[in-house]
Amino acid sequence: MAVLSFVEVSEGKIKKASVEAAYYGSKTAEALGTDSVAVVLGEANAEELATLGQVGVKKVLHAADAKLNHFDSRAYTKAVAAAADAAGADVVVLSFNNNGKLLAPRLSVKLKAGYVPGAVELPQFNGGSASVKKNVFSGKASATFTVATGKKVISVNPNSLSPVRGGGSATVETFNAALTDADFNVVVKGVDKVVGEIPLTEAELVVSGGRGLKGPENWHLVTDLAKELGAATACSRAVADVDWRPHHEHVGQTGLTVRPNLYIAVGISGAIQHLAGVNGSKVIVVVNTDPEAPFFKAADYGIVGDAFEVMPKVLEEYRKFKAAH
Amino acid sequence: MKILVPIAKVPDTTSKIGFTDGNTKFSTDGVTFIMNPTDEWYALVRACELKEKQGGEVVVIHVGGADAEQIIRKALAIGADRAVRVDADPTDAYFVAAQIAEHAKSENYDLIITGKETIDYNSFQVGGMVAELLDLPCVALVQKLEIENGVATMKREIEGGTETVEVKLPLVVCAQKELAEARIPNMKGIMGARSKPLAVVAANGAEKLTAVSTYSLPEKAKEVKLIDKDNVAELIRLLHEEAKVI
Ligand SMILES: Cc1cc2nc3c(=O)[nH]c(=O)nc-3n(C[C@H](O)[C@H](O)[C@H](O)COP(=O)(O)OP(=O)(O)OC[C@H]3O[C@@H](n4cnc5c(N)ncnc54)[C@H](O)[C@@H]3O)c2cc1C
Ligand SMILES: Nc1ncnc2c1ncn2[C@@H]1O[C@H](COP(=O)(O)O)[C@@H](O)[C@H]1O
Repeated sequence: MAVLSFVEVSEGKIKKASVEAAYYGSKTAEALGTDSVAVVLGEANAEELATLGQVGVKKVLHAADAKLNHFDSRAYTKAVAAAADAAGADVVVLSFNNNGKLLAPRLSVKLKAGYVPGAVELPQFNGGSASVKKNVFSGKASATFTVATGKKVISVNPNSLSPVRGGGSATVETFNAALTDADFNVVVKGVDKVVGEIPLTEAELVVSGGRGLKGPENWHLVTDLAKELGAATACSRAVADVDWRPHHEHVGQTGLTVRPNLYIAVGISGAIQHLAGVNGSKVIVVVNTDPEAPFFKAADYGIVGDAFEVMPKVLEEYRKFKAAH
Repeated sequence: MKILVPIAKVPDTTSKIGFTDGNTKFSTDGVTFIMNPTDEWYALVRACELKEKQGGEVVVIHVGGADAEQIIRKALAIGADRAVRVDADPTDAYFVAAQIAEHAKSENYDLIITGKETIDYNSFQVGGMVAELLDLPCVALVQKLEIENGVATMKREIEGGTETVEVKLPLVVCAQKELAEARIPNMKGIMGARSKPLAVVAANGAEKLTAVSTYSLPEKAKEVKLIDKDNVAELIRLLHEEAKVI
């Protein structure tokens, strides 16, 4: 028996979402009294992989085949299923991030395992069955799913739990996933990444702006604070629709879902479709001139006031705070 | 080119969410159901555009009860040529995927376009499961899709950007925003939809691998702490000392 977590490396570093998945896997293994094993596909630095020991992983199975450097859902499914076999895993844990969202359901079919996507808490075991809680209805409710199949697949909603790091180091073993050329279907033609920016879905802090900012020329009110905080920037759909900001920044029902530790909403009304993408955030701060703005009902802290007055003060006070700490 | 588009039925986003039977069932009281937005706006419209440009056929499939008829007719009004409804309660993603895969096996589709996820369970499962059941390649979170000489060129979302990939057909695609511009069915489409074929078939005996045991609503509405606009330092203090997020 074992719990296997699927871990991704990007630009030489283990993805933050994967650290969370590995930690979730280790905690699950602990509850089941078994070992936590991780699988990594594609070229990666063994020293970096060994750091998974800090979140409780005992052993890393590393398939260093360069063909696996790019995500190909069909090939990856075969490779992770082979690793699950090799590790004798009954539970496979992935992140509910871009690649995990597709890999997990494929894997569940391949392993004939019941699957719960986007878990927000650790599973509860009762005999052979597991209960796993996830958000439903765009975060307006939660549901606990029961999985009674022998094998189980769980994906973890990013930012749902904070990994506690210890001092361990994982052993890294070479793993042969036994794939052939016929297993690969996807040819990558190009990658277009906004360099230097923090990916919104991985960000712990987000500063977001809405139509209340009046125009793109005022976005420094958002970006200056974001830069100072090391936060990602986001916006409402209304703002992306009029091209004040790029569409990949818009959050909500039709945009990205984020669950940062802190979401600062400036001049955003808080329409239900917007809240759908942000109400998993741990702490929400709202700055809005209208005390009746619906966003205040979803907020932890609020300032009723003009963003043009308030935001420069927030920046100034945060700078003071930073200097003092 | 023959394209299959699986469509789901979901509560309208503005619906009030509630539960009955000791929080074990979703309460449909006063809830309006719609076609899952991603399926309608992006998957279906892009499928219709490809067909209109290159010829072929678009089939929509829905796993669910007879009350989905209106949604299916809407899909036909938007441009699908015919529809299949598998008459069963769609309570488990694997079960739903097994129905869709069985239909797909009997018809030799070049392309299957699903939505990325439904807005009720936000589960992002069915597309990938169908692909695995059919042993097909699959690309998800697709924002751009062009087909030429049997090869699909796609742009998909990755953390912090996009990736352009090529895959030979047949293929499963999970669509997301930007793939197409939503269409409003016109009068001709609505009239034509009435006479388009809608086949109702029985479900196969696929297993259900998961079940919901209970639902819960957020514990209590948050109580917002208001901070005076002339005392912004207090906000920073609270974020540091109380919320511990900075
Ligand atoms: C099917 C559907 C899907 C949708 N999906 C999304 C989605 O994914 N994401 C999304 O965001 N929206 C979405 N929307 C749109 C959503 O309903 C709202 O229209 C949108 O979020 C409004 O954006 P906003 O808050 O920036 O603008 P507004 O609604 O115009 O609000 C501006 C706010 O700024 C405040 N304000 C004005 N001046 C100032 C100032 N000087 N200082 C501070 N505050 C000020 C105002 O009081 C107001 O509350 C969707 C809508 C539909 C119908
Ligand atoms: N009952 C259903 N009938 C047909 N297609 C469905 C059904 N449920 C989900 N789908 C398709 O699968 C996609 C992903 O749904 P889900 O995995 O439930 O989040 C949807 O966007 C639809 O394209």
